[in-house]
Amino acid sequence: MIAEIGHFALVIALALSLIQSVLPAWGAKIKDTRLMAVGQTTAPAIFLFIALSFAALTNAYVTSDFSLINVWSNSHSDQPLIYKFTSVWGNHEGSMLLWVMILAFFASLVAVFGNTLPATLRANVLSVQAWILVAFLLFVLFTSNPFERQIPAPFEGNDLNPILQDLGLAIHPPMLYLGYVGFSITFSFAIAAMMGGRIDAAWARWVRPWALIAWVFLTAGIAMGSYWAYYELGWGGWWFWDPVENASFIPWLSGTALLHSALVMEKREALKIWTLLLAIITFSMSLLGTFLVRSGVLTSVHSFANDPERGVFILIILLIFIGGSLTLFAFRSSSLKAGGLFQPISREGALVFNNLFLATAAATVLVGTLYPLIIEVINGAKISVGEPFFNMTFGPIMLPLLILMPLGPLLSWKRADFYPAMQRLFAVFISAVLVAILVLAFTKDEPYLAAIGIGLAAWVILGAFAEIATRANFRKAGLVGGLHRIKGLPRSMWGTAFGHLGMGVMLLGIVGVSAFEKELVVEIKPKDVVTISGYELKYNGVIPVTGPNYSESVLNFTVSKPGEKTFELNPTKRFYTARKTPTTEAAIETIWLSQLYVSLGDIKSDGSVVLRVWWKPLIVCIWLGAFFMSLGGLISLSDRRLRVGVAKTSKGRTKFKSLENAV
Amino acid sequence: MTRKQKRLAGIGAIGVVLMSAVFMVMFALNDEIVFFYSPTDVIVEKKAANGERFRLGGLVKEGSLVKTGNTVSFIITDTEYELKASYVGILPDLFREGQGVIAEGALNASGDFAADTVLAKHDENYISKEVADTLREKGVWQGNGPKNKASSGQNAKAGK
Repeated sequence: MIAEIGHFALVIALALSLIQSVLPAWGAKIKDTRLMAVGQTTAPAIFLFIALSFAALTNAYVTSDFSLINVWSNSHSDQPLIYKFTSVWGNHEGSMLLWVMILAFFASLVAVFGNTLPATLRANVLSVQAWILVAFLLFVLFTSNPFERQIPAPFEGNDLNPILQDLGLAIHPPMLYLGYVGFSITFSFAIAAMMGGRIDAAWARWVRPWALIAWVFLTAGIAMGSYWAYYELGWGGWWFWDPVENASFIPWLSGTALLHSALVMEKREALKIWTLLLAIITFSMSLLGTFLVRSGVLTSVHSFANDPERGVFILIILLIFIGGSLTLFAFRSSSLKAGGLFQPISREGALVFNNLFLATAAATVLVGTLYPLIIEVINGAKISVGEPFFNMTFGPIMLPLLILMPLGPLLSWKRADFYPAMQRLFAVFISAVLVAILVLAFTKDEPYLAAIGIGLAAWVILGAFAEIATRANFRKAGLVGGLHRIKGLPRSMWGTAFGHLGMGVMLLGIVGVSAFEKELVVEIKPKDVVTISGYELKYNGVIPVTGPNYSESVLNFTVSKPGEKTFELNPTKRFYTARKTPTTEAAIETIWLSQLYVSLGDIKSDGSVVLRVWWKPLIVCIWLGAFFMSLGGLISLSDRRLRVGVAKTSKGRTKFKSLENAV
Repeated sequence: MTRKQKRLAGIGAIGVVLMSAVFMVMFALNDEIVFFYSPTDVIVEKKAANGERFRLGGLVKEGSLVKTGNTVSFIITDTEYELKASYVGILPDLFREGQGVIAEGALNASGDFAADTVLAKHDENYISKEVADTLREKGVWQGNGPKNKASSGQNAKAGK
């Protein structure tokens, strides 16, 4: 019965979405405020109904209602409670429901907190968001209905795919979807602006917080996914340039470009057409990613069973939205007045440079991802494009971007001088060179590239704070005066600093682990000792353990290194009884920023086992970098809230106005 | 510089960046892609010549899996022709005899396939499109047996 309520709630949400997709936009056209206001009621209602539906599905999972096909095929009554919850989105149908719920969530945020927006813009945004909702609600109801029943109900379920029974899965998909789907709002703003016709600096100011929110979640979501794949799949890699990964990375690249170009549009009222286009492209790439992941047209190391017919449905949605928005763009962009020209050496010049390279990088990843499809259509050959391609193309494109990253924030708007900015970076430059020399001195037989790479990372990391150091001006103002100045700096400056810092820290991790990683594959028996990078791993034996819905064999190792604390590692082979599936639980020990990683093969009856051991220097920096980037985004957002009043309140509104006058 | 010259210089600079990117991409697409072959492609049509890296896909032949120390060997078959493959390391958990597999590597001197990567599946119902196509060409769609067809219906669709 509860499942039927959930199903019915989805149908009501669809009906409300249909209303919202017409009335507010119509109201905006005929200037009827009552019609325009409809969206403010329907949007939260749609969210509530989809949330109700989601709650109904969750209830079915928690109570193990196997009369639902979806629950039966992805759940088991013995699962720990937490995985009964995460099972809800650990499958196609449930995760699509989460997808539309987040879509509706963002629409209702605009409805509730968008008081400072012009009424027509808000109405149009809500209508466009409702178009996307209609499309995906139809998709869920007709091709991926999680509420389908089966009679008679089986006694036991098939269990969730064992590799998804992990806390990483509890967080990764919701984060990723908040990012993916968050860019639907910037898309809706772009379409709404083209419908309403007003595209100016104010528009950029309204859009930027939304783009920031989506970007923060997307960054965190991708990083979570990377870490989850790293520890759960047991093969020690953190990025594979796999189609499924690229599908989330392309919107990240264009979304990052959007963040930067919206800045130019906000401050200088330039790059308007380009920013609109980026807003459209970013969400289109999210849709494309959804299509690639769900349809299975590309072979991916992360593929789950998928269904080509669903792919066709998403492809149609994709074509309608991308085709429609680009057509509208083609008609409207010519009527937009281009912004003024500006000096190449200026803040905006640096941001254009950033956009040029980020967009090129996104296009390169897109080409590499889609090329196998294109080739197969043209001559039937089956190919794959992997890491070597991306190392050869993506790497060189990112390089100039990283080199000039510390410089950008030091240039002033409109017209800047190159040499003073370089002077300010002189200390940073010397430090970076010193770091590179130190790396060269302390490593033997390592490629020069590693030292240069780490030097570059130091350049980006230290350079990230050059702007703040310049503003503080400790030399002139003294320590107290400098600190006082730092306190007065806008938060967005800290946001930029942390975002750029994150990039440098991530680069440090990537270079460190690529250049200095050690790997070992050996067969060992109990009491054997394996040595890697100074660490001695003593194999003590196998301990059998019984878990709630699995049994496992835990290998026990004592790890010691002269001068360091000894610790234990327990890599494990699990066997999930319901699916008769083995999984490997790698053992990972974090030592400062590096990790010792132990994975294992099948265990023989005498306890001998093939072991794969990695020493991964600096690898933690990769995810730490992503953390700093997200943190930077959040800091910027807290600044924006004060100024823009993204988050409600009449107080915020007056504040916004007064600041508006001040600016 | 006049306004027009500035604009031209800007467009020129952007053009240079884009052109070099296009050039790099085309160069890389020429050299760095990996073809997918079935055992028939390799043995009959001699597609994988002199040390070329490629992906080999098919079914793992029943009873062919041998593990010695840290090395495993198995036979990849498309039911018509078969090729011996070896791999140093740990096989993915869902690697099974009688099921689809994709491995990446090159032919060694003796004509066997030396794999350095065996692609993992995340899901026991999943079979990659390439392997499915190969088997369909041979007219022997086997999927993963009737159990999965009943549970998901997805392989049945892929096999039509």
